[in-house]
Amino acid sequence: MPKTKPVLTFTIDGKKCRTSPGQTILEAAKANGIYIPSLCYWEGMKPAGACRICTVRVGGRYMAACTQPAAEGMAVENDVPDIQDMRKAIVEMLFVEGNHMCPTCEKSGNCELQALAYRFQMLVPRFPFQFPVREVEPAGTKILLEHNRCVKCLRCVRGVRTRDNKTVFGALKRSKDKKIAVDQALASALPEKQARQAMDRCPVGSILRKEVGFAVPIGKRKYDKKPIGSEIEKAEG
Amino acid sequence: MSKPVIATASLAGCFGCHMSFLDIDERILDLIDLVEFNKSPIDDIKTFTKPVDVGIIEGGCCNSENVEVLREFRKHCKVLISLGECAIMGGLPAMRNGIPVRECLEEAYFHSPTIDPADPRLMPGDEDLPIILDKVYPLHEIVKIDAYLPGCPPSADLIWKALTSLLEGKPLEIPYSLLKFD
Repeated sequence: MPKTKPVLTFTIDGKKCRTSPGQTILEAAKANGIYIPSLCYWEGMKPAGACRICTVRVGGRYMAACTQPAAEGMAVENDVPDIQDMRKAIVEMLFVEGNHMCPTCEKSGNCELQALAYRFQMLVPRFPFQFPVREVEPAGTKILLEHNRCVKCLRCVRGVRTRDNKTVFGALKRSKDKKIAVDQALASALPEKQARQAMDRCPVGSILRKEVGFAVPIGKRKYDKKPIGSEIEKAEG
Repeated sequence: MSKPVIATASLAGCFGCHMSFLDIDERILDLIDLVEFNKSPIDDIKTFTKPVDVGIIEGGCCNSENVEVLREFRKHCKVLISLGECAIMGGLPAMRNGIPVRECLEEAYFHSPTIDPADPRLMPGDEDLPIILDKVYPLHEIVKIDAYLPGCPPSADLIWKALTSLLEGKPLEIPYSLLKFD
């Protein structure tokens, strides 16, 4: 057995990166101290390529960095104005597509969608607000499912499972009618730790652990002081 | 040289943005040296008496009077600023947007738990009252808006920074710590 893993080299915006075969562009970027904005990605979970915010350009073609493996000699374009603007446009689209009223949301300050909007300096979405009619659904006794804020990232569908590996959340319908559904009995039976994890998995305020809202004061929340992604950029030194 | 003129209004808002404006505290003394206020709840001038350089509006449009005031502002102001969550996104008042207006009014005037059953149930319908719109609209969906200051409310520091940038003719750069939606 060779002691070192095989290494492949590629570039992101001209910066030389090293990674091992099989790693996605997004993971490889992270390991090299480069932040590629993402929303539906969750470390260790099978990527879904659902939100497309991590879109990068390689050889003139657009691809989701969370699903595309890095390859030898690849020249990835990431932090360039037109791609950043497209990502910003996706964030804006998500804001008008649902009902995202940050001042009333328990997740405000810890919300990844909001954090991306801050990072991209979104002052107002460029698209007209849709104000869709959606509901708030109890998901068993511990969790609340707030459909107004759901961005259909499928993190809950992919990542929340019972001890015997049953999925708790599922997706109904497709495209603009897509909706997250929950198994009430399984959701009620989730142990406290997992119920909290379900809330943490949700990037927005769509899955909420009941009775714990607004626990962290303004100023001490995750994205109050530092933009999303700064921990990756800082790690590079 | 005459001072730049500022006007402000609160439409479908809670006046929280105006309160935040007053939170610039003693800087307000500098401000009155630098600018002159026209139509605004701050000086209680009800109608425009001259052209205005900067109009600042809090709250979205929920009724015909809001639309009228907003259009008046657009007509009189060189620069129009959307101030706060409600002006930019509709905010809390827009939570009624999925509910038909009739249903909203019936809930408030007929079915509310605080309605006295002995009272005759009346829905306000006087022709002098502004007509309620089908939904609450953000300002930029009705007139052209030149700048946006998000927040609920936008912090006094953000309002101060925006005003001073405008007066100095500099582009507004919002630091991360001041860009907040809550």
